[in-house]
Amino acid sequence: MSNSILIVGGGFSGLTAALEAAEVGYEVFIVEKEPYLGGRVSQLNKYFPKLCPPTCGLEINFQRIKKNPKVKFFTLSEVTKISGSPGNYEVTLKIRPRFVNNNCTACGKCVEVCPVERESDFDFGLGKTKAIYLSHPMAMPQRYVIDGDVCSGTSCGKCLSVCEYKAINLEDQEKEIVLNVGSIVIATGWKPYDITKLTNLGAGQIKNAITNMQMERLAAANGPTGGKILRPSDNKEPKKIAFVQCAGSRDQNHLNYCSYICCMASLKQCIYIREQYPDAEIVIYYIDLRAPGRYEKFLKKVQEDEKIKMVKGKVAKLEEDGEGNVIVTAEDIIEGVKKEEVYDLVVLATGMQPSLDGVEGVFDVEVKEGFVVSGEEKGIFAAGCAKMPLDVMTSAETATGAALKAIQNLVRR
Amino acid sequence: MADRKIGVYICTGCDIGNKVDIEKVKEYIDDECSPAIIKELPFLCGQAGLEEIKKDIENEGINGVCIAGCSPRVNWDVFDFGPEVVVERANIRELAVWSYKEPDLPPYEETELEADPLTMMVQDYIKMAVAKLEKIEVPEPEIPEIAKTILVVGGGFTGLNASLDAAKAGYDVVLVEKEAELGGFAAKMYKRTPSTYPFTATEENDIAQLISAVQDNDKIKVLTSAQIEKISGAPGTYEVKVKVGEEEQNLKIGAIILATGWKPYDASKLSDLGYGKIKNVVTNVEFEALAKEGIKRPSDGAAVKSVAFIQCAGQRDPEHLPYCSSICCLVSLKQANYVRELSEDAKAYIFYKDMRTTGIFENYYKSAQDDPGIFLTKAEIEEIVEDGDQVIVRVKDTLLGEDLEVKVDMVVLATGMVPTTLEEAKLEFELKQQASGEEEEKKEEEEGGEDPRLAKLREISCLKLDYRQGPTFPDLMLFDGFADSNYICFPYETRRTGIYAAGCVRQPMGLVAAKEDATGAALKAIQCIESANRGVAVHPRSGDMSYPKFNFTRCTQCKRCTEECPFGALDDDEKGTPKPNPTRCRRCGTCMGACPERVISFDNYSITMINDMITSIQVPEDEEEGGYRFLVLCCENDAYPALDMAALRGKKWSAYVRFVPVRCLGSVNTQWIAEAMSKGIDGVLLLGCKYGDDYQCHFMKGSELCNRRMDNISETLAKLQVEAERVKQVEVAIDDYDKIPEIIDQFVEEIEGFGPNPFKGF
Repeated sequence: MSNSILIVGGGFSGLTAALEAAEVGYEVFIVEKEPYLGGRVSQLNKYFPKLCPPTCGLEINFQRIKKNPKVKFFTLSEVTKISGSPGNYEVTLKIRPRFVNNNCTACGKCVEVCPVERESDFDFGLGKTKAIYLSHPMAMPQRYVIDGDVCSGTSCGKCLSVCEYKAINLEDQEKEIVLNVGSIVIATGWKPYDITKLTNLGAGQIKNAITNMQMERLAAANGPTGGKILRPSDNKEPKKIAFVQCAGSRDQNHLNYCSYICCMASLKQCIYIREQYPDAEIVIYYIDLRAPGRYEKFLKKVQEDEKIKMVKGKVAKLEEDGEGNVIVTAEDIIEGVKKEEVYDLVVLATGMQPSLDGVEGVFDVEVKEGFVVSGEEKGIFAAGCAKMPLDVMTSAETATGAALKAIQNLVRR
Repeated sequence: MADRKIGVYICTGCDIGNKVDIEKVKEYIDDECSPAIIKELPFLCGQAGLEEIKKDIENEGINGVCIAGCSPRVNWDVFDFGPEVVVERANIRELAVWSYKEPDLPPYEETELEADPLTMMVQDYIKMAVAKLEKIEVPEPEIPEIAKTILVVGGGFTGLNASLDAAKAGYDVVLVEKEAELGGFAAKMYKRTPSTYPFTATEENDIAQLISAVQDNDKIKVLTSAQIEKISGAPGTYEVKVKVGEEEQNLKIGAIILATGWKPYDASKLSDLGYGKIKNVVTNVEFEALAKEGIKRPSDGAAVKSVAFIQCAGQRDPEHLPYCSSICCLVSLKQANYVRELSEDAKAYIFYKDMRTTGIFENYYKSAQDDPGIFLTKAEIEEIVEDGDQVIVRVKDTLLGEDLEVKVDMVVLATGMVPTTLEEAKLEFELKQQASGEEEEKKEEEEGGEDPRLAKLREISCLKLDYRQGPTFPDLMLFDGFADSNYICFPYETRRTGIYAAGCVRQPMGLVAAKEDATGAALKAIQCIESANRGVAVHPRSGDMSYPKFNFTRCTQCKRCTEECPFGALDDDEKGTPKPNPTRCRRCGTCMGACPERVISFDNYSITMINDMITSIQVPEDEEEGGYRFLVLCCENDAYPALDMAALRGKKWSAYVRFVPVRCLGSVNTQWIAEAMSKGIDGVLLLGCKYGDDYQCHFMKGSELCNRRMDNISETLAKLQVEAERVKQVEVAIDDYDKIPEIIDQFVEEIEGFGPNPFKGF
């Protein structure tokens, strides 16, 4: 029997579940596949509706981890096998090589000499990093990582020669470890819906039709443009912008459900744009404006801006004109018209697809449309967007709840 | 205090050794602080460096370690030498070497100064860290006798779930419900909206099973027809007086869950929509009751063939409820199903502004769209009029592109939720407004005895807290009267430690969310009890063992600390002497910052400690030789990490500033400013979080209170003929790393414009 809890996923839900359980007194293990903790929210510029920086809450949670010896975490790690029974699970983790050890002081000398560039996945392809990189300035742990797929390895070795701390090991290998835990929390979160599937919306081929997550990176001070919103094709300041809501959501050909956050995210992004460009004009094409609960006030605030227009209607088509502009064909249902408009930049409010969707499961739970819908009787509990589409606040609520359920499962035995 | 034997270890890695004259640093620290050991090492966080330190701890009895190197935000685990050894970090990498901007000064060799500006800066930071080490005591927690029973107030769906969840984790629960029956609004429902995948079907109401699970659980004591009379004490030691029928019970309680739920919005205000004028216009709550009995037309008891649902009735409307109640769309879809159950040809019309079936609940909407008997459209209501026993609803701006008129047997208004805390929130707001605005009127009332509204507030508050700061949660009007958290990341943050709100008293929500919320709040209650039992703080300084200590002999009963504590942690006696409640305390130090007599201190954070750090700063007598000096007191949660990240991103700023991290700007005592100014420091900059209604301060009021105190200090400075601008507070967020250097440099430039501090050299 084990009194420990495994938390799969080190995003906001996973961190919350882990810390809430650890602060009751339980040992927790966080397993995170990225090289850093924080997940999706570390890619966001601001939260709705407060427009406060997500890293603020992350910093507090990182401090809580630093102070609490009951929290242990593994980055670059994935669960590959689970055996045993509730209260006594044996969990196998695969830990991918970081190629950089604990000696790393994040001094950054290696980056200066690394000759290889790669597309930054953290910036959704909008920026570049070297093969050895730190994902972002809040990365926890603050240690560099090498992308083994692009690094030329020992044949180059330039980084080795400048690292005074012998922190780089280009021959680092994948490891496997086994943990014994009593309960499991699945907090694997979500990924942006694959826009290449949205053929009528350009299938990702239109340079200036970006996703809402790309917009977050463009607006973020640590993003590829230093926080200046510029359209990708020519770095032009956009003056006329359209938001396409439900891009892939509420659509039986894509995601059936509503992704919960996209309306609020687009409203928030309108504010990003309007703060930078006092003359910019924005149109939001929507089916329903979903600003539930007290978020309504945020919607009202955005609606007060005369430069922001909201049109009820679904966007039928996006096309590129010869100059990088995007032609939007959409209907205005209330007016009963269908028309074409040209925009400098289009933001697709792409939905959230659960990370477990279409993934061969190692967890013995039922997964529907990618969401975990069973497992409680087995001592396996879902939290956050692995459970259903949620925003950060409600994710934290479910994660806090999942922590208690995980504890109940241990107490019962 | 045990004798502190201090070892200073200077890392020369990460460019420190290349840029700083380490010999001069060592000499200076040796002269000024005489630590037992002072060493430089090329790679302090590496094996060899750590071994060296450990060896000294073992052989030389070093019990205070100053690590001069990187920020304390990194390598926190590496420099941990066990509970007996106190570690203090001098952040000479991020805050000195990496961010150093060469100032425009004559070479120091040509001046009276002993070292170059960067070396002086490093000397300062190390001396500051040693000064802190000399004063630090290892906190020993004060652990009271703890009661572990959880009180759940409200026996509706949320309260029942919270009780069951706490009991399942092994805790005793007392559930207090004011009505004779458990179940709240959930028990009044005919059926419920979907709670399980695929979230397409209306479900049977299973509240009876939940009620019996609670009643059958021997860890849960249920008190019905019961009222909270008074709650006093603190987490772990609450004394709760409950009136059950005519009998009074006294309970010893560890933590509290507030689950008092909601009330329907007063529909009598919706006469525009026909309510109160037309018999066949009812609210969604009334329709639920009708459905339970069997739906009949209210005016004549005839069978109902058609019903129109009017969404957002009195909601999303500044005249009524400014918010959306989150669940009314789902409820109307469910009630449309009730109508469809009546007969094959029964029709339901739903007129909405936006259909808000968020997330996975879209599936329920989809299944309604598949039913030809349910007609759904966006619409603006034009009018609702009576037509005999029927009602005519006229709408415009529909999806059909034309105006519409339907004649129905009944109209259901989808009215919203009002939190049970609204009335007390309004009254508390009113009283606070008055207290801050009309001092004179307040005085008059004091002469005439207590304001009767205070008694009213005690009477109507859900929890009747016997706290110095009043019987209810403060400032709930910021959340439209809901007992909500201000924080997106921390939905259970509360200004009354140990009391956690859940369900519709916290936010408008449906049953699925309320169940999750109940579980979350139960965890927080349990966590608070266990933290109290270990003598440690809860969020955000989780695990902190320090707590404010009061030197009462010097206390003048000025009441500042009791009034300013953002968490109402301090009560007081008749004379006004503060009565600490350590388990309510969050260790922000706001009381310490408030106290003019410097009565309050923590073992590891005190007025004298920071004073000693400030006096550790070398202030060149001639600014033309050594430059100006500025003190920056910065919030350790947001401003400090922003500085770290700015340095990591290669930003540089004035070499004249010295940073001292503080727990919260609320803990900044004006004494520190006075100390700095009298030492000849030219300006003091305070970097903290956003304040006001949309505050980002992790201790709610800290940065706001600091700002208020700084107003006072500016006045004092002006009286001394010193420019008030020399002390300035700036709001920064953690992602302002690219702006912070500019903020600092601007401040420096502004003060340089005034010339040196006139007290310099005195």
